[in-house]
Amino acid sequence: MLDRLAAPLRRLGRQCINAVWRLGYASRFFLFVLMRSGTSFRRFQLVIKEIYFAGVLSLIIIIVSGLFVGMVLGLQGYETLQKYGSAEAVGTLVALSLTRELGPVVAALLFASRAGSAMTAEIGLMKATEQISAMEMMAVDPIARVVGPRFWGGLISMPLLAAMFSAVGVFGGYLIAVVLIGVDEGAFWSQMQNAVDYRDDILNGVIKSVVFGVAVTAIALFEGYDAPPTAEGVSRATTRTVVTSSLAILGLDFVLTALMFRGA
Amino acid sequence: MERTVLDLWVGVFVAAGIAALLILALKVGNASATFNVGDTYRVSAEFDNIGGLKPRAPVKSAGVVVGRVDQIQFDNERFRARVMMNIDKRYQFPRDSSLSILTSGLLGEQYLGLEAGGDTENIKDGESFKLTQSAVVLEKLIGQFLFNKAAEGGDTKK
Amino acid sequence: MENLVEIKDVSFAYEVRPVLKGINMVVPRGKVVSIMGLSGCGKTTLLRLIGGSLKPTRGEVRVAGRATHELNQEELYAMRRKMGMLFQFGALFTDMSTFDNVAFQMREHTDLPESMIRDLTLMKLDAVGLRGAQHLMPSELSGGMARRVALARAVALDPMLIMYDEPFAGLDPISLSVIGDLIRHLNDALGATSIVVTHDVQESLKIVDYVYFMSEGVVVTHGTSEDIRNSKAPFVHQFVWGEMDGPVPFHYSGAGIAQELGLGSSHA
Repeated sequence: MLDRLAAPLRRLGRQCINAVWRLGYASRFFLFVLMRSGTSFRRFQLVIKEIYFAGVLSLIIIIVSGLFVGMVLGLQGYETLQKYGSAEAVGTLVALSLTRELGPVVAALLFASRAGSAMTAEIGLMKATEQISAMEMMAVDPIARVVGPRFWGGLISMPLLAAMFSAVGVFGGYLIAVVLIGVDEGAFWSQMQNAVDYRDDILNGVIKSVVFGVAVTAIALFEGYDAPPTAEGVSRATTRTVVTSSLAILGLDFVLTALMFRGA
Repeated sequence: MERTVLDLWVGVFVAAGIAALLILALKVGNASATFNVGDTYRVSAEFDNIGGLKPRAPVKSAGVVVGRVDQIQFDNERFRARVMMNIDKRYQFPRDSSLSILTSGLLGEQYLGLEAGGDTENIKDGESFKLTQSAVVLEKLIGQFLFNKAAEGGDTKK
Repeated sequence: MENLVEIKDVSFAYEVRPVLKGINMVVPRGKVVSIMGLSGCGKTTLLRLIGGSLKPTRGEVRVAGRATHELNQEELYAMRRKMGMLFQFGALFTDMSTFDNVAFQMREHTDLPESMIRDLTLMKLDAVGLRGAQHLMPSELSGGMARRVALARAVALDPMLIMYDEPFAGLDPISLSVIGDLIRHLNDALGATSIVVTHDVQESLKIVDYVYFMSEGVVVTHGTSEDIRNSKAPFVHQFVWGEMDGPVPFHYSGAGIAQELGLGSSHA
């Protein structure tokens, strides 16, 4: 009887210990990646290749999503703002929402599901097909050769993607508000420029996207490297990458927003 | 994939990313309208009430942005708000210029309006404007309006 | 004769499950030695111990006179540069072409000019007869071709020790004898030493100099190919001639079938 009651508790305890163990392991892995990044900089060609896979191949989805998000913001913003007679402020609304929040966050979410999951699957498969072991047997450090360049490639791509997302989004808002609805163009841009501060809003947005870039690539690479070398293990790890990094993005976003815009 | 083709694409990608950042900073944001730190001088002013004034709010004279609010503090000896601002070196103002807190539009953000005085001497770095006018607080206005109405009607129910 | 690899009383356990229980083995220089046994008897583990990616729980593995578990990361990597390994399914890097796979180690470990790397790589590919496939990606190769490319990659830096993990698994008969031939010829041409882990008896007995038989974590017998063929030990006999029942039972141990089906329960 007592045993039946204790079993769930024991399971909970085991799960907690497992989680802490994994966190420690992940931190150590992350540290290794940073320590062995020398290869990535000595042979920047490797990083460039990963920027291609993480960044260039994510361009289409980022640009299309950015455009649509901006257009929706333009429509919704106009609908609401015109009730208060300040339809010109739609530029401000679109630009602030994008640079502060939606640009970094949505771009990072898309990046996690497009590039992050691909990284996990690729490294997981490399492990499952013994490519990682083969590399180790050839006296090549897989963390320096495989993981490091992917980390830096992702880290460099993320802020650029977020900036493109925001820029295209503002353009989308412009298309809807100015071209389609007919809000005054001068007022649209000048109100936007008055309200958006390049340090408070844009630089902070860039900082956010860098932090998200670190989080997503680190999670994706760790999940891939830690995946059990089976088809099921890799597919689970890929799912975990998307779930964990999405949660991490939203959680970090809250923390960063609280730190950056407090009282300003 | 040819190495050169790959380089080309990555180059395009990085260039587009940097261009997007520049567009955001210059076209969307106000980086183009912000002065360098070296080109400003710092003055202060005291207000009874600053309303919703915030750091980085513009200081405008005749509608032109001439500076920005830098810091807002509370002076615990005189119980007034102390506003520090950076004014562009290109613009010099007489010492007896007056500052008032204004609102752009009915619900817009608040800014500092600077009205030039007639003094022959210009204000220098570190000095403060003496003539200030506080922000209009909507609640007070409404309260006053209601009080006046009540007084008019002779209905002295308190 | 000098021994390149010496395995002394090595035991190894994953967590608590013992895999190797006191293995003794020597691999003389210049020979092709085969380690045979059933699937899951610890052969691959043994290769990993020699390669230094696992450390023995007891005993020691010496390669060229040095105990692998005493080496630090750098020394271990230095030692591995003189080793080549062919993994079970080739383990070719799927994001690189055949050529880049073979050139991989030269690019990583040497400062050779690209033109020389090209010549060396083409020579290695030629040795396995796949110079014409240099631009193909691993996904475009057949199983036997992939194995040969992996072989070219394993010998890219002219190693002193080449290890093969199940080189014959899943190959058609022609590829099988091609790989077998290559193992023998590359070993002799490079003056290397080879260890072949396999359960393909007939093919490997044709090419190897010496055979170790493993079962359940211990060496049960060893000898030259001839000795093994003529061995009267029941386990070896069953293994070599592929008999269905013998010391290794057909049935996984469990309750008797009569009992399981509920027959004769009246006796219970």
